[in-house]
Amino acid sequence: MSEHSGGEFKNVEMLLDSTLGSVDVAETEVLRAAEFAGLPEEDRHRLGMAVRESMVNAVVHGNKYSAQKKVHLAIRIQSGRLTVEILDEGEGFELSSVPDPLAQENLLRQSGRGILLIQAFVDEFRVRRRRERTGTEVQLIKYLSRES
Amino acid sequence: MSVKLTVRQVGDVSVVDASGRITLGEGSSAFREAIRDLVNKGSKKVLLNLGDVSYIDSSGIGELVSGFTTVTNHGGQLKLLGLTKRVQDLLQITKLYTVFEVFDDESAAVRSFV
Repeated sequence: MSEHSGGEFKNVEMLLDSTLGSVDVAETEVLRAAEFAGLPEEDRHRLGMAVRESMVNAVVHGNKYSAQKKVHLAIRIQSGRLTVEILDEGEGFELSSVPDPLAQENLLRQSGRGILLIQAFVDEFRVRRRRERTGTEVQLIKYLSRES
Repeated sequence: MSVKLTVRQVGDVSVVDASGRITLGEGSSAFREAIRDLVNKGSKKVLLNLGDVSYIDSSGIGELVSGFTTVTNHGGQLKLLGLTKRVQDLLQITKLYTVFEVFDDESAAVRSFV
């Protein structure tokens, strides 16, 4: 769990159920870290949204709401960066397999915009299949204006 | 807070005042049901007022698109009113500004329906 007392940020490590409630928990934790790191309000909003979208992908598309599967959340502040890692236990996916939501033929699709928004709202975004077991590992990085 | 939707008639235009959050789950399903209800009642002119919507995620954006296609497929029009800066940004990022007609002024929006 997170502890932010005493003026020092302690890294967050959480194991969350595959529920929409966990999406709210992750967003709240990240927003708390972002406020601690001194990110401006709009940047906090954007990071929070990127985390929500990543968590929804993990809970809904990765773990498919399975009660047997968890979402791993990690938050770190170091070297002028706020880093969020979200790992699911699903089958994994390839970023290249996601249809381009900006293509004319996809503009009216109901879904498929989450990754586009994540990429727009963080400074670095990485996705890879987990190495030690099945699942997807997502890393979101927001640059901080001051060293932390 | 989840989304709250209130429908009022301005002439033959159904104005849907939305407030709160349109996100995956309750918010997006409530929105979908409201649009379908309007279409089933024969509404052809729908103006969606998002002025008091504090948050929309990609699921909520998807519901806006779904609402647009539902109304359009029934021979109607769905337009947007009063977008916050954040919602404007989302429509820019997703290129949906090329899909939706967007208004700042309700009277002008109501007059724009043919």
